[in-house]
Amino acid sequence: MSTWLTAPWPWYIAGPIIGLFVPALLIVGNKVFGISSNLRHICSALAPGRLEYFSYDWRESGLWNLVFLVGVFIGGILAAHSGTPNEIAISRETRVALVSLGIHDFSGVAPREIFSWQALMTLRGFVSVVLGGFLVGFGTAYAGGCTSGHAISGLANFDLPSLIAVLGFFAGGLTATYFILPHLL
Amino acid sequence: MTTRPQIATATRQKSESIPAFLVIYLLLGVVFGIVLTRSEVLSWFRIQEMFRFQSFRMYGIIGSAIATAALSIALIKRSKLKSASGETISIPKKELGSGARYAVGGTILDLDGLLPAPARAHSLS
Repeated sequence: MSTWLTAPWPWYIAGPIIGLFVPALLIVGNKVFGISSNLRHICSALAPGRLEYFSYDWRESGLWNLVFLVGVFIGGILAAHSGTPNEIAISRETRVALVSLGIHDFSGVAPREIFSWQALMTLRGFVSVVLGGFLVGFGTAYAGGCTSGHAISGLANFDLPSLIAVLGFFAGGLTATYFILPHLL
Repeated sequence: MTTRPQIATATRQKSESIPAFLVIYLLLGVVFGIVLTRSEVLSWFRIQEMFRFQSFRMYGIIGSAIATAALSIALIKRSKLKSASGETISIPKKELGSGARYAVGGTILDLDGLLPAPARAHSLS
């Protein structure tokens, strides 16, 4: 039981559990599973001025989602502190490819050489976190969702817009992997 | 019978602010945060492995998640179930338009390599 809670889960356990969040949220409160709308809700709650895009009752439509997001952070921290702090067992080929790009620290969930406070002062760290964060914010707003809303909720509901968005995610990810990372790292 | 939709709206507005419901969303979020971490889907390394087509893992997780969600949605639609908050369960359709914004927005979003918020929290803490 304790190893089940602290060890990484196999894909056939993790996938269906993630999928079950869609019916769980529908059954509890008729809510469509998604994460990135929270960026809009936070702006609506905090942004000064009267932009039309942010003018709506964020408490009515978004409070549940913000509370869910707070839960995700708490759950992430709990899991990170209860698990064995080892390296994620990625395949040998991926490791070799990343080492050749100059990544040597494979501990944690993201390379500290790019995603850390110290790295934020470097060009690659700044580009990855700040410029990357801007792209994530713009992209989710423009596409109307992220991986959770489009890939999981949208595809499960057979939405064509979501399929297009997911193909876009993949095109962006492949571009980043093969054309941006080699220059950035 | 005719007053029923009004009752449903009233319950809805009420249920949004009922702390009991917010606690449920908070707890579901906590579980989801644990799932994201234990499944390693938030790992930048796993995402790189996926985009380099060097492991089936991510495809297995995303594929089985979508299959589970799709099956659940089909069952819910069939049963015309009501949510615990008293609404008839329905998923609003997204407007397609030219479709370009989904393609462009989706591509831009993932130029950063698809790193969800919890991963940032981990790596910056």
